[in-house]
Amino acid sequence: MTRPSHLLAAALTAGTLALGWPALAEDLPVIKVEMRDGEIIPNVIEVPANTRFKLEITNTGKSPVEFESTELKREKALAAGATSSIVFRTIDPGRYDVFDDFHPESKAVLVAK
Amino acid sequence: MIGAFVIAFREVIEAGLIVGIVMAATRGIAGRGRWIALGILGGLAGAALIALFAEKISDAFEGAGQDILNAAVLIVAVLMLIWHNTWMSKHGRELAGELRAAGDKVRTGQTTAAALALVVGAAILREGAELVLFLYGLVASGTSGLDIQFGALAGVAVGAALSSVSYFGLAAIPTRYVFSVTSALIIFLAAGLASQAAQFLLNAGVVTVLDRPLWNSAAILREDSLAGRVLHALVGYTDRPSVLQGVVYLGTILVMVALMQWSSADKRRQVRTV
Repeated sequence: MTRPSHLLAAALTAGTLALGWPALAEDLPVIKVEMRDGEIIPNVIEVPANTRFKLEITNTGKSPVEFESTELKREKALAAGATSSIVFRTIDPGRYDVFDDFHPESKAVLVAK
Repeated sequence: MIGAFVIAFREVIEAGLIVGIVMAATRGIAGRGRWIALGILGGLAGAALIALFAEKISDAFEGAGQDILNAAVLIVAVLMLIWHNTWMSKHGRELAGELRAAGDKVRTGQTTAAALALVVGAAILREGAELVLFLYGLVASGTSGLDIQFGALAGVAVGAALSSVSYFGLAAIPTRYVFSVTSALIIFLAAGLASQAAQFLLNAGVVTVLDRPLWNSAAILREDSLAGRVLHALVGYTDRPSVLQGVVYLGTILVMVALMQWSSADKRRQVRTV
């Protein structure tokens, strides 16, 4: 058991180091998005490009949702009634497809300017 | 109903493929069934906990909590896979029955079974939290019809069945070769998980270098297609990898191959001196 536990200890140490790292957020711009049973509101989400911002997602529907963008490599699953957020470090200006992975027919665009 | 089926199915298959490979890779190790079962149960319990505390976890570390947790879980899994392959390149042939004088360590093989149980747990923890949220949401909301609930459960069942096909497929490989195949699969699996961990650290802002995209193959194979997801689970396919992901991917492969070479050379030296 010794060697795997060493590896584990190393991993935990690395993890702890990582935990202390992220910088404090001051006044992050917050962009609100509402998801309701396959609807993404607004359908065109405008966000600032090249700067940190917070996307605050609320599931106002009755079914679970998952906000996802493969282009931006982000996903966030939310139970009914839940609110949670994704902090973006920096996004290049452009249009990015987003969708609700639990309601495959739903689509929206995130526009970074 | 079809939608619920597909969602449940693909969430299960991503973790299921990893479980199948791990099962095949631990063939011949006494008590591995117990270890794997422990990994599955631990992973499910962890997934339920994560789903329960999803909001708290997300809000930790200035919104980077989920990314950091994902990265940590993946890094543990990668380390265990590296350890397993290094160990197997020394003892694999004994397990395969080519050498008669199998030592105690090999007969039991408990450490590597425990390491892989941790990998199984990590895989289920990662993929399971979303599935738990999805299934629980369907049942708890009470608004979804029976057909949707049935679809989701059928998706879980078919996903599990297909995962076991991957295991039996590997198990059908002759004993002499099976560990070579699983070791190769595990190298790519580990590289894929390591590059995913790298992306989570980029997302969390813990790492801020090499974040430019390396290529974009979305036009050829989308990552969110079924084939894309299966390749994502098996070899870490992503249609827009960052440079960091590429570097970590290749680095993991190099480290694993080097350790395996060293370990099997070590074995040959021991055999010669005995």
